[in-house]
Amino acid sequence: MIDVLIGLAPVLVAAVAVFRWYALKQIVVCLACCLLAEAIFSAMRRRAMSLGDFSAAVTGMILAFSLPPSAPWYVGAVGSFAAIGLGKCAFGGLGQNIFNPAMVGRAFVMICFASAMGASAYVIPGASLDVVTQATPLTAAKSAGGAGPDWSMLWPLFVGNVNGSVGETSALACLLGGLYLCFRRAAKWEIPLAMLATVATVAGLGDWLGPRHPLSVLHHLTGGAVMLGAFFIATDPVSSPLTSGGRWFFGAGVGALVMLMRAYSGYPEGVMFSVLLMNALTPLINRATIPRPLGGSHRAIPSQTTNGAP
Amino acid sequence: MTSILGWLCRGKGFSGGLHPPGRKSLAADASIKVLPGPAVVSVPLLQHLGAPCEPLVQPRQEVAWGQMIGRGTGTISAPVHSPLNGVAGVASVTTLPNGRHVGTIPITAAGAQIGGEALWEALLGGDWPDDGFDRYQPEEILSLIGQAGVVGMGGAAFPTHVKLTPVPGRPVDVLIVNGCECEPYLTADYRLMIEAPRAILAGAQLAGRAAGVERIIVAVEDDKPVAIESMRQAARARKVEFAVLEMRYPQGGERQLLPAVLGRTVPAGGLPTDVGAVVINVGTAGAVAAAVLRRRPLTHRVVTVSGTGIVKPANLLVPIGTPYGDLVTYCGGARDSAVRVVAGGPMTGFAIGDLSVPLTKGTAGLIVLGGVEVSRPRETPCIRCGRCVDVCPMNLVPTKIALAARVADWEQAGKYHMAACIECGCCAYACPAGIPLAHLIRMGKAQAPKET
Repeated sequence: MIDVLIGLAPVLVAAVAVFRWYALKQIVVCLACCLLAEAIFSAMRRRAMSLGDFSAAVTGMILAFSLPPSAPWYVGAVGSFAAIGLGKCAFGGLGQNIFNPAMVGRAFVMICFASAMGASAYVIPGASLDVVTQATPLTAAKSAGGAGPDWSMLWPLFVGNVNGSVGETSALACLLGGLYLCFRRAAKWEIPLAMLATVATVAGLGDWLGPRHPLSVLHHLTGGAVMLGAFFIATDPVSSPLTSGGRWFFGAGVGALVMLMRAYSGYPEGVMFSVLLMNALTPLINRATIPRPLGGSHRAIPSQTTNGAP
Repeated sequence: MTSILGWLCRGKGFSGGLHPPGRKSLAADASIKVLPGPAVVSVPLLQHLGAPCEPLVQPRQEVAWGQMIGRGTGTISAPVHSPLNGVAGVASVTTLPNGRHVGTIPITAAGAQIGGEALWEALLGGDWPDDGFDRYQPEEILSLIGQAGVVGMGGAAFPTHVKLTPVPGRPVDVLIVNGCECEPYLTADYRLMIEAPRAILAGAQLAGRAAGVERIIVAVEDDKPVAIESMRQAARARKVEFAVLEMRYPQGGERQLLPAVLGRTVPAGGLPTDVGAVVINVGTAGAVAAAVLRRRPLTHRVVTVSGTGIVKPANLLVPIGTPYGDLVTYCGGARDSAVRVVAGGPMTGFAIGDLSVPLTKGTAGLIVLGGVEVSRPRETPCIRCGRCVDVCPMNLVPTKIALAARVADWEQAGKYHMAACIECGCCAYACPAGIPLAHLIRMGKAQAPKET
C-alpha cells in the first residue's frame, strides 16, 4: 500500500499545483476523515488498529482526487465515512470488500449532495483561481456540438491545467505514478492497458464512423478521469479480478462502459459508475476465468501421487 | 503471461516460479564425508506411499549390513535393509516429519563396522564401467533394483523398480537424470555429480535399459557449471545427452522439468510415462548402479546438513534410520541463532520438533535455520494482489485454494484444482501478506475427502 501512496505523489503535486487550496482542502479533509473512520470502525469491530496498512490513507487520497475542488468540507467528510464504513468495514474489512471503497464513498455523496457534485458544481464563478471559473472540458464538449476537435486543448489536458476533479486533470501525473505502480507490481498492468486500449478503440471507431465530435481519441484518453481511473481506481487489487485473463476483461469492460456513459448518459463522465459496475462483476469474472492448470484439469486421483520438487 | 517481468523473463519450459536466494555456498564446497557409525538407528518400515513393510527380524536377532529386515507387501513397496552390523531391537513407532506414524526397527551397532573411506568405496566410489550393460536383461535389472529397496531419492521416494517397469501401451523413449537441485541450501546431488559422476551415469544406463528407452538426458541447471563439467567428463564414452536448464525454482519438479527438457507437458493426474518419459534423480541413479553392479541395497544416502544455524555445514553419507540429532551433533551442533530445523529443503520440507526422528530414503537435507531466515511478517488479510498466481508453476490460483481449504470448503478448493498443486511452496514464499498458502493447501490436500 505504501507503493500506492508513492505512486499517488505525482498526482498530489499536480492537484495542488492546479487547484491550490481547493485541492489541499479536499485532501486534508478526506485523509483525516478516512483515517478517523478507520480508527472508529476498527474499535467498534474490536479489531487491531489497521491504520498501519495504509489502505485507509489510499482510500482517502483517491476519494479526495475524485471530488470537485469546490465541494464543501462535509461532502468529503461524509464520503470518507461512507467509503470506509459502507465500502469496506461493512463487508468485513480489508480484502473482503466487493466494491472499490473510494468509489462507494463518492457514489454516496453524489446521491446525498447532487448539487455539490454535479457538472455545474465544478464551476466557481468569480474565483481568483482562473482554472475553476470554466466548465470542465468534457462538459464543454457535451454542449459544443459538431465543432470538431479543439487541438489547442490537448496540451492543457495532458499536463492538467484544466477544470475537473481534484486529481484527475493531469494525464501526465497519472501516467508517471501509474507506471511506477505497474513497475512495482502494486497495480496489474493488464487493467490500465486494456482500459486505455478500449477507450482509444471505441473513440477511434466513433471518430471514424460518426459525425465530427469535439473530442478526438487523444482528448478521450487525456480528458476526465480516464487516466486516474485506469491506473489508480480500476487497479485496486481487492475489487479487481485475480487472473490475467480476468483483468483484461475487467479493464476492457471499464473502458467500454466509460465510453458508453460519455456518449449517452446525462453525466459528462462515468469512470466511477463503470468501475463500480465492473467491481460487481469481479466475482463472476474470477469464477469464469479459473486458469487451466499445467497439464489440464484434474482427473480423480489420490492427491499424494503428485510429485513435489526435490 | 501474468506480469510484465514474468513475461519478459519467460524462459523455456514452465511459467511462474521464482529465484529464492540459493544459499548453496554454505555447503557446496564441502566434499561428501561418511558419518561415523551411529550407535543406534531406527529403520522406518514405510518411507513412501504404499503399504508398510513386514518385519523379517526378531528382537535380539543379529543382523548384518545389507540384510533385508523388512519385506515389501504391496505392488508399490520397497524392502528395507539394515545399514549396520548389529542387533535388532523391539519394533517401535515413530512420527516422520510429514506427520505419518510408521513402525520402525531399531538396530544397535555391534561388532566390526565398515565405515569411512571403505564404505564410500563400497557404495559409490571406485570405478564404474562405461559399457557392458547388455549382459543384464531388463527384468534382471528391475528385480535387482526392487530387491535393493531403491526408491526416488529426490523427495517422493516412489519405488524405482515400479517407476521403471514398462507399462504395456505406454511406451517410454527418454530417461531423464534429474540433476536440478533447485531447493535452496541443498547440495547433496551437486556433490554427488562432482564426486560420483560415473556411478550416476552407469546407474542411468542400467535404468534406461530396464525402462527400454532410446535416449538418456542429464538435466542440470546452469548455476552448477562444475557439476556439468564433471558429468560431461564422465559421459565422454557414453551415449548420453545433456540439457542445461535455466536456474529457476522449481525447475527440478517433474512437471516443470519435462516441458523444459522435452517440450512435453505431463497431463494433470498423470505421470511422466504418459508422455513417454521417466525421470530419476541423480542419487537414485547412483543407488541403481550400486544395486545392480555391486548388489548393494540402499542403506545409505547423501544428505546436506546446512543453514546458518549449524556450526559446520556438510554433505554426509548417512545410514538410513540415523536420528537427525546425530547429524546435528556431528556438524558441530546448532548455533545460538538456530530457531528451526527442517527435514528436506526449506521450500518443500517439514519443520521437525524432535531430533530423535530417523532419516528416510527420501530426505535430501537437514536445514537448521537461523532467526533471520525464518522471520515472516505477521499475517494480514489477502488483498488479492495475485503474486501467488504469478509465481505458481502449475498455473493455479493458490489464494483461492488456500483460503477455501482453511474453512474446509472442498467444493471451492476442487473448482480451483487443489489436487494439481505440487506443494512447491512458491506461493507462500511470494505472499506479501504472510499467509502460509502452501501449508494451508498441503493440509487441505491431506484433509479433503478423497475422490473415488
